[in-house]
Order: sequence, then C-alpha cells, then structure tokens
Amino acid sequence: MSNIATLTRGIIKENPVFVLLLGLCPVLGVTSSAMNGLGMGIATMFVLTLSNVLISILKSQIPDNVRVPAFIVIIASFTTVVQFLMEAYTPELFTQLGVFIPLIVVNCIVLGRAEGFAMKNGVFKSFLDGIGMGLGFTLALTLLGGVREILGAGSIFDWKFIPGDGILIFILAPGAFIALGFLIAIINQLQRKKT
Amino acid sequence: MEYILIIIAAVFINNVILAQFLGVCPFLGVSNKMSTATGMGLAVLFVITLATIITFLVQTYILEPFGLGYLQTIAFILLIATLVQMIEIILKKASPPLYQSLGIFLPLMSTNCAILGVAILVIQNNLNLLQATTTAAGTGLGFLLAMVIFAGLREQMELQGTPKAMKGAPIAMITTGILALAFMGFAGLV
Repeated sequence: MSNIATLTRGIIKENPVFVLLLGLCPVLGVTSSAMNGLGMGIATMFVLTLSNVLISILKSQIPDNVRVPAFIVIIASFTTVVQFLMEAYTPELFTQLGVFIPLIVVNCIVLGRAEGFAMKNGVFKSFLDGIGMGLGFTLALTLLGGVREILGAGSIFDWKFIPGDGILIFILAPGAFIALGFLIAIINQLQRKKT
Repeated sequence: MEYILIIIAAVFINNVILAQFLGVCPFLGVSNKMSTATGMGLAVLFVITLATIITFLVQTYILEPFGLGYLQTIAFILLIATLVQMIEIILKKASPPLYQSLGIFLPLMSTNCAILGVAILVIQNNLNLLQATTTAAGTGLGFLLAMVIFAGLREQMELQGTPKAMKGAPIAMITTGILALAFMGFAGLV
C-alpha cells in the first residue's frame, strides 16, 4: 500500500469511529462541545502515533506471547506523558476531559492499531498510520462535538451565533447517543449511495 | 443508609453507561442476546469490585507513601490485566461451571474502560475503602441492569422494520439515547 493511502485511509474509508465503531467511550463522553472533542482527539492522536512508532521500532524485540502486556505498558507510559503535559499547559481542558485522559490507555483504537498495524509494518508506515487514524478520530470527535454544540447551545467553538438556549438535551448524556446514532446513519446512507 | 444511597446513586443516577459513558464498547458489542448480556454483566460486576479493592489498596499503601502517584495509570492497568488473568486461571480450576458461563468474557475485561474508570474515579473522589467498594459494586450492578434492559430491547428490535441505513449500530445508539433519557428521570432521587 502506498504511503498516501496509509495516511488517508483512517480519515474517511476506515474512520475508527464512524466505520469501525471503536473507542466509543471518549467519543460520547467528551463531545459536549467542539473544543473538547478537538482536544481529546489530539491527545489520542499523540498517544496513537508515538506508541505506533515505538512498537514498530521494538517489534523484533517484543516476545510474541507477552506482546499485549508490552503494548499496554508502552501505551500507558505515553498516556501518562500526555496527562502531565495537558495538566501543565491546558489545565482547563484537562479538568473538562477528566477521567477520559487516563482512559486513553484502554481505547481500543490504540491497542488495535498496535496489534493490527505497527507490529507488522515499518517505522515510517506506522507513523503515517498513527497520524491518519488519529486525524480520523479527531475529525469524528470534532464533528460530533460541533453538532452537539450547535444544537445544544447554538454556538461553535464557543462562538455563539444562535441566540437563546438551544436544545439542551444534546449537551446532556442522551443527546450524545442520539446525535452519534444519526451521524452514523447518515454516513451509512452516503456510502450505500456510492456503491 | 449511606451505603444504600451510594448504590442507588451508582445504579440509577450516575449509571455507568447511560450517564458516564464508560464501557460502551462491550455494551454495544455483546448485547445481542439476553444470555450473553447477563454473562457479561455478571463478569463485570465481579471484576470491577475486586479490581477496585486491589487498586485502592495499592494506591493507598504503595503508590502514595512512596510518592509514586504519577505511576497510577500504568500500575492500575497492569494490576487489572494481571487480576483478570488470575481470575481466569483460578476459576478454571476451582469452579468449571462458573468458568463456562463467565470465562469467555474475562479476556475482554482488561480493556473495558468502566473498570479502569471506576478505579481512578474512586481515588479522585477521596472515598474510603468501604465507600469505594460499594461504589464499584453499585457501578457493576448499574452495568448489569443497563445490559439486561438493552438486550431485551434489542431482541425486540431485530423483528422491526428499521430503515436500511439505520440498521445495527445507529438504531442501537438512538435506543440507548432514549433509555438514557428515561434514566435521567431518576435524577433527584437521592
């Protein structure tokens, strides 16, 4: 597969959220605004890319039967790094995202790419894969966050353009499920039309 | 009384799936049939309670006294993974029938964010050991309840004529949303 295909595949065709339905907990949990979605997406992309690179460097050293624990330790280390970086430089976002930052460790996308891609491919390809999948994840989170923020608060990235309260339910928990359900349905429909 | 309130709050008001969005993957993944949903729910209830007790003890007696708080994420995930592996081995030897019904769900536990999530949250909320254990058990019960309700709904949903684009995940999400809406009615109960 060409490098460009490796990079772009995660963004639309194999989008981790809308198509593969992986890592849904942070997707639903932090997307009450577009900004939160973007922040969480970038944090995950950082962990995903770095752990992909490190795992693909170490792939000949990691014994096969303890590979999952080894992956988890690598991913957990990068997650801890992100956690401290965010606590220091973006304390407000850090409080908003709360428990979902340490939970990047158990995000199925990160472990899935480590096992499914980085373990079998070279360093540069794994780097591109991490960036591509990370971008796809960020895009999905920002889109869902944007939709929920527009419907729920009448604003986007804190810029208010619809006066009044908006449909409050979309900011609350049930709205996350409903908005994501409709987004996936729309994407299914678009893909069905294409084929 | 305090502990009953903790359980009610964890099951109904802050339901782990419907209000806190933890453990959504297994919730959508294995809720097709009532029997697997119950099995998964029971396995989570069991592991979440044990894992919270152990991570709590490790945090209080090892990480904090030695100033190793920054290792929390790594230590917890390794503890949970080890614990799950141990439970699997012990169950296999000690209680084959229980292993038969819960065994296949156990490997999925270490990447279940509900378990790590609750372990971290009880530390962040400064609970004591008994409160933490009760919270964990309540969360597990909440997970079980949501699983069972949703599996029941999903079995009915199979028979309905859903639009093609909505089949599968989208309609499941929207149903969960409506269920979450119903659970919001419990707010203010405690």
